[in-house]
Amino acid sequence: MHAESSSSATHGPGEVVLRLAGITKRFGPLLANDAISLDLHRGEVLALLGENGAGKTTLMNILFGHYVADAGEISVFGQVLPPGSPKAALAQGIGMVHQHFTLADNLTVLDNVMLGTEPLWRAASRRAEGRKKLAELSESFGLAVKPDARVADLSVGERQRVEILKALYRDARILILDEPTAVLTPQETEALFATLQKLVARGLAIIFISHKLHEVMAVSRRVIVLRQGKLVAERVTSTTDRHELAELMVGRPIPEPKVEPMPRGAAVLQLTGVGVDDPKSGRRLLQDASLTLHGGEIVGIAGVSGNGQSTLADLVSGMVKPGRGKVALFGEEIHFFDPAIMVEYGIARIPEDRHVQGLVGDLSLEENLISARYRAAPFSKRGLIDWKSVRDFANRVIADYDVRCSGPQATTRLLSGGNMQKLILGREMAEAPRVILANQPSRGLDIGAVAYVHRRLLEARAAGAGILLISEDLDELLALADRVVVMHRGRVSLPLTRGHIAIRELGLMMAGHGFAEEGGSHAA
Amino acid sequence: MRLEPRTETGIGLRLAAPIAAVAASFLVAALLVLIGGASPFAVFAAVIKGALGSQFAFLETLTRATPLIFTGLAAAIAFRARLWNIGGEAQLYAGAILTVMLGTGALALPAPVLFPLILAASALAGALLLLGPTILKTRFGVDEVVTTLLLNFIMVLVVSMLLDGPLKDPMGLGWPQSKKVIAEAIWPKLVQGKRLHLGFLIAILAALAVWFVNARTTFGYEMRAVGFNPRAARFAGIPVNWVMAKTALLSGGLAALAGVSEVAGLKGNLTLDLSPGFGYTGIVVAMLAALHPVGVIAAAIFVAAMFVGADAMSRTVGVPNYIANVMVATALLTMVAAMLFTRFRLRRG
Repeated sequence: MHAESSSSATHGPGEVVLRLAGITKRFGPLLANDAISLDLHRGEVLALLGENGAGKTTLMNILFGHYVADAGEISVFGQVLPPGSPKAALAQGIGMVHQHFTLADNLTVLDNVMLGTEPLWRAASRRAEGRKKLAELSESFGLAVKPDARVADLSVGERQRVEILKALYRDARILILDEPTAVLTPQETEALFATLQKLVARGLAIIFISHKLHEVMAVSRRVIVLRQGKLVAERVTSTTDRHELAELMVGRPIPEPKVEPMPRGAAVLQLTGVGVDDPKSGRRLLQDASLTLHGGEIVGIAGVSGNGQSTLADLVSGMVKPGRGKVALFGEEIHFFDPAIMVEYGIARIPEDRHVQGLVGDLSLEENLISARYRAAPFSKRGLIDWKSVRDFANRVIADYDVRCSGPQATTRLLSGGNMQKLILGREMAEAPRVILANQPSRGLDIGAVAYVHRRLLEARAAGAGILLISEDLDELLALADRVVVMHRGRVSLPLTRGHIAIRELGLMMAGHGFAEEGGSHAA
Repeated sequence: MRLEPRTETGIGLRLAAPIAAVAASFLVAALLVLIGGASPFAVFAAVIKGALGSQFAFLETLTRATPLIFTGLAAAIAFRARLWNIGGEAQLYAGAILTVMLGTGALALPAPVLFPLILAASALAGALLLLGPTILKTRFGVDEVVTTLLLNFIMVLVVSMLLDGPLKDPMGLGWPQSKKVIAEAIWPKLVQGKRLHLGFLIAILAALAVWFVNARTTFGYEMRAVGFNPRAARFAGIPVNWVMAKTALLSGGLAALAGVSEVAGLKGNLTLDLSPGFGYTGIVVAMLAALHPVGVIAAAIFVAAMFVGADAMSRTVGVPNYIANVMVATALLTMVAAMLFTRFRLRRG
């Protein structure tokens, strides 16, 4: 805790509300937490930064009583917390908002907030009281919710507000947020940050777990960096920068992606006035979308999620057919849309959700690597799979793409997110594709893995591939894309060229500005 | 206590799961026998003696296992692709009906022609019977558990109608039974003078063939991918609906072979009690085998031994042979639990 004494003077933080001393936890040979000590002060946001597997979640699980530490002690407001008791943690005023919400979808907001705080047989009589308390909390912290709305009908941002209110309802004085922005839109993220500032102003202490550097920089007062179970650094946020934090987190310098200028090649993918309707509801998912992707360029697709990006990705993946308009690949209009056909055309498709679309978790690595190409040589001949050539290919991809695994026959679902993404990259890019659809390729990955994905995409660009990069991370788009278009309500804007893009302008377009005059009927 | 995914499942554990499940079912049965006032040791000794104690008993067990291997394979291959074929019973009867229609004199052909013809036609009948529910599932999202299950009852009524109508044996003294199959259609016995017939050998070959398909062919690969994650399979370009249809044809066809085998190999004609629930027991067999085709052989022999042994035991010890049903049903439940532990481990804290 060497940096501690110097930092506390500058901002004048409140008393220590939580102290971890020498927390150590071992899982078999893995040292998940190695003698970690830290203090949390009243009225501060402390960011806990680290890559996946650095030990952040283990530490918080120990704090919350889900695990028992092998060594070390936790004290809250000066009192030692009995280990292994979530109940004691709650009673001491520790509240946790998990990355995956723990709400009952079919209950109302009020029910969810009260659930577990009252004995069941008294819940009904206490509802009026609960309603009043919820209203007070929601007003004083600016967390607007409708107490009688069903959680299932709420947006992701609203659900998170319910989770926070749930913790506040239990009189939480210390709030732990585990990757709270992973599922939020940029607007929702900003609203969350405003809420956090209000909470600390009222004397709460917050631990903010994240691996997103710009968020840590924006929201925290202090940063603690974990790497491989060790606390490697502690900084006052105002005295550090993203670059230093990234290096501390990964343990080695991270090169910024270098985008060399490239001559623009021929058009590889062209959409002209494409429209796609939802077959069930008839809702227009994609409207009059026109877009040209050339060889050797990255076109970024920005937009708040749910504005047609998934449909655009499905279209290029061959999962949906256009109802109107034309789609051309390599200058030729195509009429048949099927995933297998897109594979035939040599389109690399990196899907949004690794678990749902990208991989079959219960198959082995090698089986997943041939999922699009198992029908043809060298992987099969006359309906018989040649497992030897499959294994050779798998070994090559595992080596080339640095997939950390026990071997080509390991079960895929046991891989980390980053290694799953490398596996998908290896599968899709092994055949030197000319078109790459990358839908949220770095979502949920840690810095090292993100840098890896970016490097591979830029290599493909340098080799002449055209890349459609769909991302909700504006920093990623601005760093990589040659041109950026914005999607809003199924429409695609005119492209903005690299170097002429202002974040403010993008933000306005994402909110719908500039779309009205194009289509007329669909003003925002 | 909580469940934690295992990083790998060793072969020892995979073998231990069914053994533990069977041992647990023995314990439950022993408790029931005790409550009934008999000695579990005497009962189990009699069961084992009745199932394996003599050449006659052992061959009888294999004979009983034969249809269970077919229906077990049918369930195993469909379940692997997450196609819940509960209609093995209906497909078995479809196969039996075709055997009787073609094999009781309608076609006067020499055995080398008639044998494969009946086999193919019957398998096709069972295959098509499962194709219907599968198309309803892939096209309209109709739950195949419901449709295939209900088809079992429909088929029993159809058989009943046929046995009182077009297929009725005119010499049967009014009993609802079909004519006997002609000599050219009858399957030879494997052991002179005993009931074990060619069907057992065909069942073993079928299991090996299914194993080969699973392990080595693109179709086996497709079935696994579709079964584990249909959305990822479709994204990769695997024709999911077509794979489902092919799986249905294979599964329905295999179940139908149980019907052919029982009629042409054992009973000689079609009656309403041709199958004492072989279709349903096939599901238990498949689960006990953890859906592995070679495991199906072992599981079918075990289940058959329980039934055959319990029959013999009930004659000597006097405990009702329903104890076999209890044991097989318990084994299914404990096996489902045991399979959970091959994928997860229990951890404290």
